[in-house]
Amino acid sequence: MTLFILRRVIQSVFVLLAVSLVVFFAVYAIGDPVELLVSPDTSAAEREVMIRRLGLDLPIWRQYLVFLGNLAQGDLGTSFVHGVPAVELILQRLPATLELVVLSLVIAVSIGLPLGMIAGLAPETRTARTIMTGSIFGYSLPAFWQGMMLIFVFAVFLNWAPAAGRGDTVSLLGVEVSFLTADGWSHLILPAINLALPNLALVLRLAASGTAEARLQDYVKYARAKGVRRGRIVRRHILRNILVPVVTVIGVEFGSLIAYSTITETVFAWPGMGKLLIDSVYQLDRPVVVAYVMIATFIFVTVNLLVDLAYAMLDPRVELEKGAS
Amino acid sequence: MSQSPEPVRSEPVGLAPAILETPNRARILARLRSRPTARGAAIALVILIAAALFAPFLAPHDPYDLAALSIFDNRLAPGTQSMDGPVYWLGTDSQGRDMLSAILYGLRISLVVGLSATAAAATIGTLMGLLAAYVGGAVETAIMRLVDFILGFPTILVALILLSATGRGVDKVILAIVIVQWAQYARIMRGTVLVEARKEYVEAARNFAIPGWRIMLVHLLPNALAPILVVATVQVASAIMLESTLSFLGVGVPITEPSLGLLIASGFEYLLSGEYWISFFPGLALVVLVFSINLVGDRLRESIDPRRR
Repeated sequence: MTLFILRRVIQSVFVLLAVSLVVFFAVYAIGDPVELLVSPDTSAAEREVMIRRLGLDLPIWRQYLVFLGNLAQGDLGTSFVHGVPAVELILQRLPATLELVVLSLVIAVSIGLPLGMIAGLAPETRTARTIMTGSIFGYSLPAFWQGMMLIFVFAVFLNWAPAAGRGDTVSLLGVEVSFLTADGWSHLILPAINLALPNLALVLRLAASGTAEARLQDYVKYARAKGVRRGRIVRRHILRNILVPVVTVIGVEFGSLIAYSTITETVFAWPGMGKLLIDSVYQLDRPVVVAYVMIATFIFVTVNLLVDLAYAMLDPRVELEKGAS
Repeated sequence: MSQSPEPVRSEPVGLAPAILETPNRARILARLRSRPTARGAAIALVILIAAALFAPFLAPHDPYDLAALSIFDNRLAPGTQSMDGPVYWLGTDSQGRDMLSAILYGLRISLVVGLSATAAAATIGTLMGLLAAYVGGAVETAIMRLVDFILGFPTILVALILLSATGRGVDKVILAIVIVQWAQYARIMRGTVLVEARKEYVEAARNFAIPGWRIMLVHLLPNALAPILVVATVQVASAIMLESTLSFLGVGVPITEPSLGLLIASGFEYLLSGEYWISFFPGLALVVLVFSINLVGDRLRESIDPRRR
């Protein structure tokens, strides 16, 4: 176990290094930030000072080494636009994004899992067919358009929920959260549904195929022969077994959702990390873009490790030493 | 991530080779026809592709002809008659462009991007997977590590970062989609070929001293193509979706070549004042397109799945 974790941590460091290399050089190609930062009538000397202050006069590999050195100290550079450390800027926005991601996962699982099990328990019925076709529809909806239609129907037409922004927040252990206020909830619900829909479809399909398979296994037949009640079979025998793939997906999707929340946050003007990323891309704020990718990658890597561990706990058959590919 | 958990799911062991049996074409088509939803989707798909292909003949207006646009016709509701006669069935956008015509032309761009990106990604990925499985050793490790690396990240993030570096453009969007999608084909192809390469006909070909490239391209490739083709169908849909999302975020196609995604984005600011049609109709076209492709792809997958025969 310890060996497994150790090996995975070392692997993760290599992944982070590779990502830093790729992203640093890709982002380096984005425009000339100096053009944006200085007014057109700045003298050439002042420009020079600016370039030197930002470290842009060094050759790119030197800039990368400087970046790595700072990274080791937890410093991902200072935002060109905001003038504050990029990490700080992103971490400030993190709670808003996490709130959205967690709520959307709760929605996806609490609706997707039961619907999927209903479809999986009787696969050839009309209900099952309808649910499965509906799930294809669910992931065929472009997230941004789906969000815009949510805004149109529920915010503009019905006027049930606000169209944009985060609403009132309260401080919980020093972190601003909105799920404790009524106004916060009303702002949270539409973006969370928007983000949840593709995953709802995914969880549903996984649950359906898992249930359809588990239903025919010997242990279910045996339980039925033993006279175990149907509800108990579904809960204790089938649900337990389909939870493994579902947990994996939730884990892996947790990372992706942080990236996909970029779209939701853009549509709903939600002040999270994703909105910050898009704004930074427009403003050529390189340090923030690089820092975002590094932090997002760090989250993916950590979540993947946790998923593997959760795996072992849910399914005793999984051997961790072999699990690492 | 490279160490993304290889699911230890209980896939039946015999599944992989069974999928590789060349599926009976007649049976697949019969299965497809027997499903009314699949048939409906296939018909919708043909209509949309035809509409895109013949857009210049079908469109009541030329959305690229700036001289024909009248600013007085801007943001007219669907069904409004224009000053000089024709009816705008789906309304007009903020520049007085007929939405129906804009959608027909936008469909073209979306389809061109989706199809060419998928074709390129499938070709590159298939060859890489073939190479990895057949050559093995360091080549395999290098290719598969790269595949793991790319697949470890959400496609939208990778494409977004790439495009923010290269700037907008139809060619650049296609390139970004190819970079994020080829890895999927490589992984599938490698798995299929690993199983296929153990069969007697490959052994026989080797004994005849047939060169490796020939065994790969002439013997192995055709026999390992079925899963790739099924995945490619669905990938066209995700390529189209990815393009529209990137265009919506402002890093996709340029405004001179408005795809469906860009049309939707252009209507966003008017949505709040109740002028829904600028965003609604292009989105509807996009949904019908993607949904039809996914439905057909899903049924295709079912048809070659031996457990369902």
